[in-house]
Amino acid sequence: MSEPDETLDCRGQRCPLPVIQLARRLPELPVGAVVRVLADDPAAAVDIPAWCRMRGQEFLAAHPDAYDVRRIR
Amino acid sequence: MNAAPVYLDAASAAPLHPVARQALLAALDDGWADPARLYGQARRARQLLDAAREAAAQALGVRADELSFTPSGTAAAHAAVLGGLAGRRRVGARLVHSAIEHSAVLHATERHVSAGGTAVSVPVDRLGRLDLDAWAAAVAAPGVALAALIGASHEVGTVQPVPTAAERCAEAGVPLYVDAAQLAGRAPLPAGWSVLSASAHKWGGPPGVGLLVVRKGTRWESPFPADERESGRTPGVVNLPAVVAAATSLRAATADAAAEAARLAPLVDRIRARVAAEVPDVEVVGDPVDRLPHLVTFSCLYVDGEALLHALDRRGFAVSSGSSCTSSTLRPSHVLEAMGVLSHGNVRVSLHRDTTEADVERFLAELPGIVADLRAEAGVIGL
Repeated sequence: MSEPDETLDCRGQRCPLPVIQLARRLPELPVGAVVRVLADDPAAAVDIPAWCRMRGQEFLAAHPDAYDVRRIR
Repeated sequence: MNAAPVYLDAASAAPLHPVARQALLAALDDGWADPARLYGQARRARQLLDAAREAAAQALGVRADELSFTPSGTAAAHAAVLGGLAGRRRVGARLVHSAIEHSAVLHATERHVSAGGTAVSVPVDRLGRLDLDAWAAAVAAPGVALAALIGASHEVGTVQPVPTAAERCAEAGVPLYVDAAQLAGRAPLPAGWSVLSASAHKWGGPPGVGLLVVRKGTRWESPFPADERESGRTPGVVNLPAVVAAATSLRAATADAAAEAARLAPLVDRIRARVAAEVPDVEVVGDPVDRLPHLVTFSCLYVDGEALLHALDRRGFAVSSGSSCTSSTLRPSHVLEAMGVLSHGNVRVSLHRDTTEADVERFLAELPGIVADLRAEAGVIGL
């Protein structure tokens, strides 16, 4: 997997905290930037892609306990 | 501030129907004997049991000898799955099921797989509708002993295309089991199934009574050590007073079902529309049209589901949630996961015969402020 521009370590955090961290950080980065969210709460696998859909951001890939998101707007 | 509590979790357990209470009390006096014995009290108990079976069968449109009472809806679901598989073990050991079955069906599936069987989970779309192409391919594969499809989702309310799914099963010669827990007593049953289960406390009967229906000619074999009770389909003496109350209330609920659906469906539509319009960043989930008349589900972005349930409870509203923080396993609802919809901040509201328009209006009036307060506490406003 290619290297992201930034990694948010949300391991040990329960949902919705990983999604909140992502929502706080992504708009601070330039359009095109890729954030990797490390999260071991099983709900993150559902909620990070759902957040991307609701916010019009691009969900790139799910790895074990890690999710890549690109800012596209 | 101390307004009357508003109970909005009928999909877990509906309040006891008044006729169920009457029947239960009468049967406690009259139906305590063992219906299998040969004396006066037993004959009276047998009459009550036969009449209850006849009434329940009539309400569901099945034959009385096809219907057995079980100790719960869960026990009926386990028997439906494992008995349907056992009856066709010569054909194969594969179970096909939707990804959004009730946990009772999935637990029976786990048992089947751990005993060496196989299972295929068929996906649903974002609205929670079965993927019929994938279903057709799965049931047509060799070695399928049974297919299981929930009649309507207990979590998001989406009604499943059972008649079409049943046709695909019939073409493949595979019997279909339908979990009708949210349909019985509320909506007409779909056509085409071979095995069906339901649960009395979902329609206003008492807890501790399930229904298992096995149609004539279906290959089904009890997965339990069998005795002579309930045509050998469920072992042990039934809780006869509760069974009588269950059957009486099923008949009453079925008689009122069309009128209740016509009354509740617009309230559900109102909740769907108003929540979407008045709570920012909310995802109202489930099929907007093909849905149960009494159940609605939505997820609030950035809100902790457990905190939301507690906040609603403090204001007198009883609802349930599919969010991971509200489950004992700390996993999100497999139904929301299969649909790919937001799982945190999730609320399921389910209405019943005592729910009034004023109850719904009070819920709709208070919800936006409750969600806003929780978001303000969490510092997530404007994200």
